[in-house]
Amino acid sequence: MIEQEAPAASAVPRKRGRAIVVTSGKGGVGKTTTTANLGAALGASGASVVLVDADVGLRNLDIVLGLEARVRHHVLDVLEGSATLDDALVTDKRVPTLRLLAAAQTREKDEVDTAAFRDLIASLRDRFDYVLIDCPAGIEKGFANAIVGADEAIVVCTPEVSAVRDADRVVGLLGDGRSVKLIVNRLRPALVRKGKMLSVDDVNAILRLPLLGVIADAPDVIVSTNKGEPVALDAASPVGEAYRLIAQRVAGTLTGEPEIPREKTFFEKLFGSLR
Amino acid sequence: MSARRIVLTSGKGGVGKTTTTANVGAALAKRGHRVVLVDADIGLRNLDLVLGVEKRIVFDLVEVVEGRCQIRQALIKDKRLDNLAILPAAQTRDKTAVTELQFAQLVEQLGELCDYVLIDCPAGIEHGFRNAIAGANEAIVVTTPEVSAIRDADRVIGKLHERGLPLRLIVNRLRPEMVRSGDMLSVDDVTDILSAELLGIVPDDEEVIDTTNRGEPVVLQPESRLAAIYDKIARRLEGEVVPFTTFGAPGFFARIFGKAS
Amino acid sequence: MFEFIQRFFGKPASSETAKERLRLVLLSDHLSLAPDVVESLKHDLIEVISRYVDVDAANCDVSFEQQEAAVAMLANIPILGMRTRPTPPALPPDPPTPPAAPPNSGRGKRRRRRASPAGANIAAPAPPPAPAPGAPGFSPV
Repeated sequence: MIEQEAPAASAVPRKRGRAIVVTSGKGGVGKTTTTANLGAALGASGASVVLVDADVGLRNLDIVLGLEARVRHHVLDVLEGSATLDDALVTDKRVPTLRLLAAAQTREKDEVDTAAFRDLIASLRDRFDYVLIDCPAGIEKGFANAIVGADEAIVVCTPEVSAVRDADRVVGLLGDGRSVKLIVNRLRPALVRKGKMLSVDDVNAILRLPLLGVIADAPDVIVSTNKGEPVALDAASPVGEAYRLIAQRVAGTLTGEPEIPREKTFFEKLFGSLR
Repeated sequence: MSARRIVLTSGKGGVGKTTTTANVGAALAKRGHRVVLVDADIGLRNLDLVLGVEKRIVFDLVEVVEGRCQIRQALIKDKRLDNLAILPAAQTRDKTAVTELQFAQLVEQLGELCDYVLIDCPAGIEHGFRNAIAGANEAIVVTTPEVSAIRDADRVIGKLHERGLPLRLIVNRLRPEMVRSGDMLSVDDVTDILSAELLGIVPDDEEVIDTTNRGEPVVLQPESRLAAIYDKIARRLEGEVVPFTTFGAPGFFARIFGKAS
Repeated sequence: MFEFIQRFFGKPASSETAKERLRLVLLSDHLSLAPDVVESLKHDLIEVISRYVDVDAANCDVSFEQQEAAVAMLANIPILGMRTRPTPPALPPDPPTPPAAPPNSGRGKRRRRRASPAGANIAAPAPPPAPAPGAPGFSPV
């Protein structure tokens, strides 16, 4: 049940907040991690943010944020009227302006009414500065639902052939009506140098998207998911720093080309991160 | 006699289903079995790319099902391994192009032509997943030792139990040094949590990225340590009892100069 | 080395945290995926509780909630009444009075009040009346 009146069927969503879908095509490239961390970084800078998990049946945004024990209701409950939006919104443990709207774990993506979901996103835009939608893998109904109502998209891609191929497909499906930007995730600079991994330029030669940021592969992310603490809130983490910079670009407070992570020097490898 | 029809699935995307399908298939073929690999990821095909046959696709699975070509016309024989063939997915269709029944019938027909049919399942638990398991009589669940992957694997295991499919687990992309430092779940943690029988343990290895770039299954690389691991998995599939590799501590210098990048 | 020091000083390894979180989240997932098990549990629960109190079976609800350190079962069981009028627990006996100095009345023997053993404050309760068969409400038939 949406709290405000549903907008008229032909109305353009009221534009107070921004709705951004985080997508990729290929699974496992970091959509959920990116949604969680971008959201945390934006929230930590003071913006009001709601993260919407559109991966019905295989939800993970809650667990990445460490909020799995606090979810009582999910998107389908809200769409079907068995819970209000306020019942379903979970406040983050660390960032008070960040909320989560979880997916249903035991339902199917086909059960989501696309039009109702779009209206939900529209009403969330009235309440929050940012609505970030975590898109499921693939290009089926789950994807179609996740992109509806979002007029911006972030494509997450790793520098691997399958991921680039799938991202390319997704960019085609996103069409021309949306602003689409790229994050290259899990880069390994040493492998790029040895010619064993695609470079950022290689990836973007195919995708040709404005670059929001490049994140190097690092074990921090695994540890942060283990603990349910987004790495963007860790001042000492280089991956966290990468997400914070991406958040600034999204917010428009940072311009210029994103930095490409470079290989660690001998001393950095010996003594670990210098921070 | 009809083949063993094994679906490789995971729930979570990106844990290595396609890489595993390609390499387990190649390992079985190396051991003399006739193997057909089926890419069930209609719309986002990648098995062809991983095997380096993407330029040789003439017909795909959907065209076979729609009767527009014979199975044998769509099957692509691997140039390196005589006993290996792949049936690619369609790239410009979606998963609703084929029904479960059609998929099951296709897989049965393939089963008449070989000893093993390995089906590369798409991520998720929707239509594509249901198609992929439709023709299978066994499953391999691939997971990484990470929280999200394990949660999704658990869901998939539940679905496979519902269908009565026997299953075994491959733990992929293990990083022994992180397990030792307590930063990653161990294989025992994973098998305990999922209550599943272990089929194989595959360590994280940057070789995979490079070989995928080149479309060369890692099993065919002469110096690959992963080749030995996939061979063990193939032998376990054959029924042999093979002890699992324990991954010892790399030396201090190996850690600095080797995998740290 | 640093991780060893960390662990020595009591911070749990993240893999331990992950294991525990997964255990709870999967338990919660499994319960929500087994509505028939939950139904049977609810049915049995109502049956057991009904031996002691009368319940509004149609409005009973059993659910599971994941909390920070456990998965808890929440049961909402509206109670309509008790099966029998309960017997209040027996009142404690008066405390023993010190024996009075006997009057020289010629009676001779001192009557001694039977004192409870030290420390006891409730006499054994009278056995409850036999439960009235099946009748609801407060007064046994």
